[in-house]
Amino acid sequence: MKVKVNGEVKEIKDAVTITEILKVENVEMPDMVSVQLNGEFAERDKFDTTVIKDNDEIEFLYFMGGGSIGF
Amino acid sequence: MMRLNSYILWEVEALDFNEEQIERYSRHILLEEVGVEGQEKLLNSKVLIIGTGGLGAPAAMYLAAAGIGTIGLVDGDEVDLSNLQRQIIHQTSDVGKLKVQSGKETINAINPDVKVITYNEFATSENILDIIKDQDYDFILDGTDNFPAKFLINDACVLAKKPFSHAGIIRFQGQLTTYIPDNGTPCYRCIFQSPPPAGVVPTCREAGVIGAMGGIIGTLQAMEAIKYLLGLGTTLAGYLLTYDALKMEFKKIKVNHNKKCGVCGDNPTIDTLIDYEQAACDLKTGKLG
Repeated sequence: MKVKVNGEVKEIKDAVTITEILKVENVEMPDMVSVQLNGEFAERDKFDTTVIKDNDEIEFLYFMGGGSIGF
Repeated sequence: MMRLNSYILWEVEALDFNEEQIERYSRHILLEEVGVEGQEKLLNSKVLIIGTGGLGAPAAMYLAAAGIGTIGLVDGDEVDLSNLQRQIIHQTSDVGKLKVQSGKETINAINPDVKVITYNEFATSENILDIIKDQDYDFILDGTDNFPAKFLINDACVLAKKPFSHAGIIRFQGQLTTYIPDNGTPCYRCIFQSPPPAGVVPTCREAGVIGAMGGIIGTLQAMEAIKYLLGLGTTLAGYLLTYDALKMEFKKIKVNHNKKCGVCGDNPTIDTLIDYEQAACDLKTGKLG
């Protein structure tokens, strides 16, 4: 299926969760990332259970400024 | 001296600008979007800058040069040699001096019109609302370097209904957004919800920042303040602007208000300020202290 990650269209396998897509996108420190899914912020404790659907738009927003960034 | 047309000169005189001010601010006054009225607004404006470091230093200097009438500086630190690589408001001879004192001296060397109020303390849940109310500041800049302070400033500004600019910089990256109360724009907590868990931040491996990053992002914060004060253009309210220096890439990401936000959502749970804790990175030992 096709999804838009940080503005770029990508082809990924069906039924992946937010946690899985963070891995696919090589985000080393997922705790340092906030995720906006189709314009709404996803709750961190639901990353494992929130499934990405075809044509979804997902943005990773990185914590920045505390001596570390999320990737 | 300057070449302002007679109409502008008439307006300038009507607003009691002195000759030195007319010349000092002539490049602003010549801008149709600013003019004498806009310059008058800036001279009557009050901006609070929390943190006089990598971000706060350039922001304070441009706001001082622009003729912001009152600038508040909040910092409980002293100037350290390792600050000078990016905190350009402080000079080599200022090492050991209070940062707010050093900042005040530079601001007044740039522009003696500016009234500088210094708060030689770190912002905490105990003092931040009093500091914001002290001069009833019109706009606040977050120039801090840690997540507890960023959430504290956010929550204080949301609760006090004050507009502010958030920014963060690290390595070759920077980001900023602008919060404007009562217009449905997201706050910092809408985007990031709560500070990252203590176990994952910060890693010393990731610490460090290229000095010019503070100049770029801090100056963008000053620009947001000036635009807000003059009511010009569109601010970054509702957007997170990110900058990647290595790719030389700016991205403006639309961010929406979060209905579940703890401080400005539909059912807010935060009505008092929180002092989060965060371990600092000790460069000498390479360990978290």
